[in-house]
This record gives sequence, C-alpha cells and structure tokens, in this order.
Amino acid sequence: MMHFIDRRLNPKGKSLPNRQRFIRRAQNQIRKAVKEAVNGGKVTDIGHNGRITIPSKGLNEPRFKYDYTKGKHDRVLPGNKEFSTGDQIKRPPKGGEGQGGKKASEDGEGEDSFQFSLSREEFLDVFFEDLELPDLVKTSLKEEVEFEKQRAGYVRVGSPSNMDLKRTMRHSLARRISMKRPGNEELNNLREEILDLEARGRKTKKLKELHEKLEQLEHRRRFVPYIDPLDVRYKSYTKIPKPNTRAVMFCLMDVSGSMSESMKDLAKRFFMLLHLFLTTQYERVELVFIRHTHMAKEVDEETFFYSRETGGTIVSSALEEMQKVLEDRYPLGDWNVYAAQASDGDNFASDREKCLAIMGDVILPACQYFAYIEVMDEQELEIFKDEQNMTDLWRIYAQLTAGFEQFAMRRVVKPNDIFPVFQDLFSKENAGDS
Amino acid sequence: MAKAQKVPKPQKHLYEGAEWSFEKLDRVYDAIEEIANTELGLNVYPNQIEVITSEQMLDAYSGIGMPLMYNHWSFGKSFVQDEFYYRKGMRGLAYEIVINSSPCISYIMEENTMTMQALVVAHAAFGHNHFFKNNHLFKQWTDAEAILDYMHFAREYINKCEERHGVEAVEELLDAAHALRENAVDHYSRPVPMSREMAQQRIDDREEHKRTDYRDIWRTLPHKEADVEDEEVKSKRQEANMAKFGLPEANLLYFFEKHSPVLEDWQREILRIVRNIAQYFYPQKQTKVMNEGCACFCHYYIMNRLFDKGLITEGAMLEFIDYHSRVVAQPDFDDQRWSGINPYALGFAMMQDIYRICHEPTDEDKLWFPDIAGSNNGIEVLKDAWANYRDESFILQFLSPKLIRDFRLFQIHDNASLPHLKVDAIHDSRGYKKVRSALAKSYTVSAMTLDIQVADVEFEGDRAITLRHMVHDDVPIDGKEAEQVMRRIAQLWGYDVSLYCEDALSGKILATYDVTAS
Repeated sequence: MMHFIDRRLNPKGKSLPNRQRFIRRAQNQIRKAVKEAVNGGKVTDIGHNGRITIPSKGLNEPRFKYDYTKGKHDRVLPGNKEFSTGDQIKRPPKGGEGQGGKKASEDGEGEDSFQFSLSREEFLDVFFEDLELPDLVKTSLKEEVEFEKQRAGYVRVGSPSNMDLKRTMRHSLARRISMKRPGNEELNNLREEILDLEARGRKTKKLKELHEKLEQLEHRRRFVPYIDPLDVRYKSYTKIPKPNTRAVMFCLMDVSGSMSESMKDLAKRFFMLLHLFLTTQYERVELVFIRHTHMAKEVDEETFFYSRETGGTIVSSALEEMQKVLEDRYPLGDWNVYAAQASDGDNFASDREKCLAIMGDVILPACQYFAYIEVMDEQELEIFKDEQNMTDLWRIYAQLTAGFEQFAMRRVVKPNDIFPVFQDLFSKENAGDS
Repeated sequence: MAKAQKVPKPQKHLYEGAEWSFEKLDRVYDAIEEIANTELGLNVYPNQIEVITSEQMLDAYSGIGMPLMYNHWSFGKSFVQDEFYYRKGMRGLAYEIVINSSPCISYIMEENTMTMQALVVAHAAFGHNHFFKNNHLFKQWTDAEAILDYMHFAREYINKCEERHGVEAVEELLDAAHALRENAVDHYSRPVPMSREMAQQRIDDREEHKRTDYRDIWRTLPHKEADVEDEEVKSKRQEANMAKFGLPEANLLYFFEKHSPVLEDWQREILRIVRNIAQYFYPQKQTKVMNEGCACFCHYYIMNRLFDKGLITEGAMLEFIDYHSRVVAQPDFDDQRWSGINPYALGFAMMQDIYRICHEPTDEDKLWFPDIAGSNNGIEVLKDAWANYRDESFILQFLSPKLIRDFRLFQIHDNASLPHLKVDAIHDSRGYKKVRSALAKSYTVSAMTLDIQVADVEFEGDRAITLRHMVHDDVPIDGKEAEQVMRRIAQLWGYDVSLYCEDALSGKILATYDVTAS
C-alpha cells in the first residue's frame, strides 16, 4: 500500500547551516558589497533590499577539467539549416553564440560575479560591523516588530483550538492509572461473563457477586472520568506588543561646496542608523530631507545626497524650513519628531543669533531627539582638538546642550564615531524597555 | 420528486479541475499503478511520495537532491543562488525530485496542479523508479536499500567531526575532497604495467621537456644538493611502488584515503564518505539521457492511457501536453535558449522511436535494426534497453537515421589550431553513422572526466606524489584549475604534488605542473 506523506509542516530552512557557512566563507566580498549597497542605496532601504552581487573569486570549486579552447574535438549539434558535409565555418567569437553563457560562468577568471539576496538580519550584521554598536543596541535594531505569537509553556485555561492533545492525554492517562479506572476490556469481560451465566439460567451467588462487582466498577468509572478538566492543558502564547505611533524624521544637511563626498557618506550612515532605530520603535516613519546652502529647500532623497550646490552657509534657513514643514504637515500632538543634522560646522557669523533663537524656542522643544554631527577629516580634527577652537555652528549649539537633554552633538571622522551621538537615545529606550 | 429524474452522470473522471487533494492523489496513483503493472510491466521499488512546499524544495535542491546531506558552504552557495533566481522569478523550480533509494522517495510540490502531480507520479515514481531498479549500472554501483541510512550516518559523522575538530578543519578537508569528487570512482580496469622501454621513453621525454622548458634564470637560484638517483634504481623503486600501492590508480580519493601519510583516521573516513557519495551518483551521470527518456516515455504512455480510458478530462490532457512539450523541447544550436542537447528531448524521442521501429518499421528501419524492426514488442525491447545500456552504448545502438533527420543533427570538427570549424557530417546517408558515433562519444565517461592517475610516489625520498594526465585528442587540462586542485591535493597528501600531461598516443610529455606543500 502506497502512502503519500505530507511534509509541508516539516521545518523549513534546513539549509540554514549551509547558508551560514557560505556567508562566513564569502565574508570579505559580502562586506565590500554591503558597503557599496549602503553608499548607493536609500536611507529607507537599509535591510529591506538585501540583493547584492559579489565576485565569485574565492568561491570557486576547482576540479580537473578540460580546456576546450585547445585541441581537437567533435561536437554534435541539432538544428542544421544550411550546412553540408565539408563546409568550413568561421569560428564563432568567444563567449558569443553557441555555448555562450555557460562557458563564461565556468571560467574561473573574467568578470565573473555571483548575485544573491541577504536576509535583513544578515545584511544588518554586516552594516553594523564598522559602526561598532553595542550588542544590546544591535539586537534591538534588528528586531522586526511584528505581531508574532510566541510559545510560552502550558496553561490550564485557554481556547479549545489551543488545546495540547498530547499533553492533555498524558495527564489523563497518568490520572487514570493512578486512580485505577477500570478499562473497557475489564468491563466487557465482566459483562460477557454475566451474560454467559445468565444464559445458562442459573442464579448463583457468583452471578450476584459479579453484578455487584460490575456495578462497583461502573461507579468507579463514573467517578474517575476519562478526561477530567484537571487534565486539560492549553498551549500558551505571548504576543509582542505592536508599536502604534508614528514619527517623522528630519534630515538636515549642509550641501555647500565645503562638504566633500566622504563627509556626505558619513552623514548618510548617520541618517540610516537613526532611521533604522525609528523603524523599530514606530509603526510609521516619514522622512523629510532638507538641504541648505545659504537658502534651504525640501528635496527628495536622490537630490539630497547626490546633487551639488554652491553658495554660502546659513544654517537658520534649514531650521526655518523645518519649522515650516512641521507646522504645515506634522502637528505636534500626532507626531513624534526626530531630527538629524549633518554639517561641516560652517555658518555665517551673522546667522548666530537667529539659529540660537529658532533652535532654542521652536525646534528643540518640539523634538523628541535632535542629533547633530559635525563631519570632518582627520586634519580638521587636529585643529579642533583644542576646546577653544571650534566651528561657528558648534559654538552656537554648545550653548544649547545644557538646557535640552534631547539634544546630542558629536564630531565624526570615521563610521565608528557615529554611534556615540545616539548613545543617550539608545540607552534611554533600552532603559524604558526593561 | 421531479428532480429525481435527473440522474447525475456517473463520476468517471478521477479528478476535475486544478486543485489536488490526498484523495485525488490516491485515486490517480492507483490508476497509474495499474497501467504501469499490467500494460508496461514495470518493476519498481516501493514508492514513498512526499508533498513539500517550494521552500522545502529549495532546501532539497542545495543538498544535491539528497534529503539528508552533510553541511558544507558549497551547498549554501547553490542555495542562495537558486533562491535568488527563484524569488526574482527568473527560474522555476523542478516539479519533482526523486531519490534512488528503496523505498523510492519522490518529492512533489504543493504548488503543482493535480495534472502536474499525476504527471510527476508517472514520471518519477514509476519511470525513474523502474530505471533505478533495473539498469545494470545502478545495480552495480548503488545500493538503494542502504543509501538513506548511509547518508544519515555521513551527516552525523561529519557533524561530530565538526564538534570535535572544528568547523574550519572539516570544511578545509571537504573542500579538498570535493575537488576530487569526479576522480573518485574506478572508471577503468587497471592498465597493464608499463614496459621498461616505455618507462625509459617517458623519462627521456621528461628530460626533453625540461630541456625545452629551460629558463636560464632558474640557474641563479640557490640549488638544493642534487640527489641524482640512479635511473635503474628509480625504475625498480617504481615497480615496487606499483605493486605496493596498486599504481597507477585512477581513483584519487581512494588512494589518499588509503595511503596519505598525513591524514588522521577521521579525515580518511570523511574522504570515504565523499567517495561513496560520488560513486552513488556515478551511474546517474552516465545515464542521463536514458533515465529521463525512460521516465518521459512512461509518463507520456501512462497519461495517454489515462485519457484513453476516460479517467482524466480533456482539459487535463491539454494541460499535460503543454507541460510535456515544454519539457521535451530541443532548441536549435543557434537558438537563444540553446544550452546543449536536452536529455529529456533526446531520451524521449529515442524511446518513442524504438517503440515505433518495433511496431511500424519503415524499410530503412528494417535495414538498420533487423533485430527489432517489426517485432511488435516495443515495451519489451525498451525494457531490455533500460536494463542493459548506458547513454553511450544506447545511442550507438539505437539512434536511428530518422531521428538524426528529425533533430537535423550535424557534426562539427573543432581543431583549435585551425581558423575554421569543419562540418564533418550531416543528416545524410554518408553522415548517419559518423554523427551517431560522435554523439555517443560525447556521453562517454572520458568526455566528462579527465583521465588522471596517481603515477608514482617517492616514499623513501621527499614523499612527492606524481600524477599523470593522459591527453586524448590534444585536448589539454585547464592549467589554472588544475593548480588549484593540486593545492588541495597537497593538503591531503602533505607533500609536494606534480602533474604531467602525457599524450596518449605518442607518449610525449606535453606539460607539467608542480605544487609545493606549504
């Protein structure tokens, strides 16, 4: 007799160990590819589109094989149209038609690449690597907030659909054994014996005894039920709470000529990290990009990172723009406001008072958190090492740190400098969680 | 009561519509089994058919189709790639995977339609299954009863090794072993020991090669004290080695497993595992065309019979024909979709053709196949072929002029030293035999695997090992890959490895490669 076996409920992901081994093996290539993906991708993309391409070098599995570009060999092909015996055909160009694609990919050298997708978790692991995040933060960032039921042992009350049959029957069996509940077989035997005796028509003492015994057993059976409410166990689940709030994140950046590409790159990672954090905390996160030179404008992400502008630097213009957007679209009661600003610290001296006023009176009171990073290269860091030396913007903002605990600022030279600016934010959230 | 007059039509069809269910599967299976037993007389292992999801199908893919495979990054590599192409919709999944085991396990996907499931059951659970059980190569090389147990053992064993010796150590060893997977079977009977003259010739040739390959700059390097071995002593030692180690030995993995001076016992066991699995797949490589041909013939026959008997609907039949014709399509060589000769297409066409020759032979067939033409026992002839041939001999024996014409096969001679390719034969009376034998030759073991042997071992001296590649038709070895493989051999052997390529006809040394053990 033939059986169809339903394996659909078997655990999937059987190849996970192989996958992990592969990723470990290709670590260096993946690291590079992720870096490129981060630099080329959007702030919101992080961890969502894990498609990456890595060179297959180092992932080759060598074996002894022929070099068919040399020597003599015969090939038989289908679909002859115009050839007759003895014809000479020009050799098709290498990698051209015929066995084209296959040859090229088997070849160890050449521009051979290997494309696949990383899971969100795998991608973030690599992304976090040079940011040097503390482990606790890493896990809280990686968490996908979903409504996931989690098993949490067994309980005595629950809905019938959650009943755990195995566990229930085990309890029932244990109880029946310990309470000596008479089984079907025992009863049936007894009944048969009685019927047998009755059929012979004798009313002996034995029959009476048997009747009594039967009654006793039946009583006991009623007394000790097959399944008692005591036996029943339900699977218990806990639910992970769902975030039900929304947040808007403002990205402010100085795009004047003094900001180099590498500075923008750093800024981008800074924005990504904050966005990632917000997406784990809030159901909906909207992004507003505001770039500024001597005047500010709200733009889309593409323009934000990649278009170049010339002009002076007036930071207050961006702050004003932010204030305008806030008032127009994001009423304070409904939205949590986060802002991240990146700049090289340049600002017109005349702008000082205005910045201070808008920040202190409007922006900072409205924000849950405002992080400012001053991106610079190594040389500049040397110059500004001295406490007395500081950029214009830093000087202004430094006055605000005391009054507003949601305000954080930091100088950033390398990717791993980024995280400390968020330190308060993360530690606060984590403290709140636990 | 008026309704009672409307007698519902007796439910004749086994199923209607696309949805499948276990009851439908049961009914269809029984109907298929009946045709397979009574009309085709197939002899199969007991069947075990498992329904899996597409995710699980992806998983099954990566372990080269085995349900229990040990862990290795290369399986992960193929997994992420399959997954990527599948998710992007660039590639479909196989409709089925079948394992040569007893019971014969076939995986079918839950996404398939009912017609697809019927097709798959006929194809895998009966076609492939019969082939596995009856073909002489499978009988000789594989043990269907034991394979699942063995795979289980292998997985456990390698897991344990990883725990004890570290994942990396095991991975390194498996990398090396996998590089030699194709050189892990005794393909050939042992060649006769070389005669003295030939040995001398070889030594001369090697000298000659060294002389022509001479670079003055090497002289400037500090030289080791040349230990000039007396030629006579050397050839004596070689003879002794040959006897002692059974040289030359083409089964490289076997040789390292038995004779490597550096491997520990667990490492030898792992080599053995890789070798055994390679051996298990050896018949499949040699019978691709036949195996698929047999399975396609069976599913085509069975599905048609189901339809004839009125057990499946016309819609189902049309759906089947659609799948079937896609599976057995053969794109032309200049088509964009061309990726070699489709074993399903060639196999199925040959099986159908043999059946035709037996039942409706033409005069040409009577001339070419006097034994079977008009014998009216197509099924018997096919079953005999399935049992006793491999792709090479099967094509050589049964490829008919009609099929060569149908496929418009032609043979190209490619001599890399000439600027042009030459058309050697086409589908005409002069060309049939040439095309046929050339096609058959492309399915030989030697076309797939290089003729490489352990030729010599210096056990007294520096323990260097010498491999020999016999070069046929001037087609050389891919040197870059070869050096990579040799580096892995150096891991297994622990000492220097050298490889020389010897022309099979003239005995000339064409190239040498050396890898020093680190």
